[in-house]
Amino acid sequence: MNIAVCVKQIPDPAVPGELNPETSALKREGKLILDDSDSYGVEMALQLVTAAGGGEVTLVSMAPNNETSGLRTALAMGAAKAVLVSDDTLAGSDALSTAKILAKSVERVGDIDLVLTATESTDGYTGTIPAQIAEALGWPSLTFAKSVAIADGKVKIQRQTEAGFDDVEAPLPAVVSVTAGVVEPRYPSFKGIMEAKKKPVDEVTAGDLGFNPDQVGWAGSHQEIVEVRAAPAREAGEKIEDDGESHARIVTFLEGLKII
Amino acid sequence: MSIEKVWVYAESEGDKPATSTLELLTKAREIATTVECVYVGDNADALAGVLGEYGASKVHAVSPGDALPGVIGAAALVELVGAESPDLILFAQTYDARDAAARLSVRLDRTVLTNGGELRLDGDRVIVGTAIFGGNTIVDTAFTGEKPYLAMIRPKSFAAESASGSASPVATVATPDAGRAGEAKVLERHVEEREGPKLEEAAIVVSGGRGIGSAEAYGPLVDELAKLLQGASGASRAIVDAGWVPYSKQVGQTGKTVKPKLYIALGISGATQHLVGMKGSDVILAINKDGEAPIFSVADLGIVGDVHKVVPKLIEAIQAHG
Repeated sequence: MNIAVCVKQIPDPAVPGELNPETSALKREGKLILDDSDSYGVEMALQLVTAAGGGEVTLVSMAPNNETSGLRTALAMGAAKAVLVSDDTLAGSDALSTAKILAKSVERVGDIDLVLTATESTDGYTGTIPAQIAEALGWPSLTFAKSVAIADGKVKIQRQTEAGFDDVEAPLPAVVSVTAGVVEPRYPSFKGIMEAKKKPVDEVTAGDLGFNPDQVGWAGSHQEIVEVRAAPAREAGEKIEDDGESHARIVTFLEGLKII
Repeated sequence: MSIEKVWVYAESEGDKPATSTLELLTKAREIATTVECVYVGDNADALAGVLGEYGASKVHAVSPGDALPGVIGAAALVELVGAESPDLILFAQTYDARDAAARLSVRLDRTVLTNGGELRLDGDRVIVGTAIFGGNTIVDTAFTGEKPYLAMIRPKSFAAESASGSASPVATVATPDAGRAGEAKVLERHVEEREGPKLEEAAIVVSGGRGIGSAEAYGPLVDELAKLLQGASGASRAIVDAGWVPYSKQVGQTGKTVKPKLYIALGISGATQHLVGMKGSDVILAINKDGEAPIFSVADLGIVGDVHKVVPKLIEAIQAHG
């Protein structure tokens, strides 16, 4: 069982984001970390490979400046190797171009049975990449999985729905997006961290994957940011310390709103 | 100012159109001369009355069989787009519509603008506004390149208003061959019982965050208060990531947008991730131990205190209130 996990390396979400004043794109120049959302896919992949009794987990990522710090975190968890697509022509790529790049990277790895992704990234959060990768590969996609099982050449998931969940199945190879919280990502061990430093990262450019510069980045994304403006602000209201009786203040507040 | 033809990717809840579909139809009417729906499901005739009332002049309907609906939707749209040339296709940012829009974007080689909260025309340009940085900033993005443009809009972005239209005719489309993508089959559907209203449509939403301390505290604090106020219960991303509650409860940027009359945040610090999904609420009440928590910057009433102390007393006081 060979699994590719798409992982994104993002600016630390705890640090307030900034836009590049020239391009209005999110600034991604600083240190990047593994998107927390992707740690569930990495953990799920490691568990599935163990359950299958063989195979390996390969990471697939696209990032500026040949950034690998987030990849090393996932390698330290237990992934065997990584493909990193990085070059300047990729700046400004939309979700569609990104998905095409990731699909080609999966093909470059070769002999993959399953691609795992998060439902959406924490910073860009378009939420379209999993199904776009599947369509680019010509594979079925099972999205919003809250559990994943593999047997007899098929992957079966519980798919989150508005009303509950559906049991959904597809033959391999397939793409599955995993919702957060469904497995508990392991912490990398000291040994894992040391080993991760030596694990192979295949660094490639968009050109290596067969893309022309006009197909990716700003040039290949059929959209243009026309304005960035402030949204109407919300004012803070009354703030009180609980003195053991603050519930009475809330009751008055709810009465005022005619809720009780 | 208008564009010619806008399609809305319709979805249903039972035998009624989803509220998000009616929201999109209302907006589509405002900007287009012709508004039509594309619907994947076997009950289009049951929906046609309301879809027509909200402005759809036609419903293109396709049966998904036992395949995942979004996959069939994308394959059907590829054929329909070729034959009918719509200018813009609107999708709600829901589970199934995301699949459809994503696959369609690859098939047509078009970008898809996502997480839209606003939609407007500027001359002949179609512009989608998306909230970022906790909803402090709006980024307006225009489509360039060839039509049809594809946009995904977050539910609750527009109000749904009837146009008093008559029932739309239903044009049945043959189920397309989606190739290997169509091999994803729905084996069984499980409907989880829900007490009270739907999260996105509830007049009152009570959400819990890391400050509730444990998965076990969610029921007695969050669910209980929500039930008492006939509201819905939600969650911050932190406790969804921790596995305390399912993804479907998540309010925020990578979750749902809610705009209730009253939003109650219990033990939620108010990361930008969360604020973007709830700051459109009419009134916000927050209870949190940390007086410096960003949630207080948007709260109409903020209680600096321990949810474990305040909420049980509050529940008791509301019960006694009768």
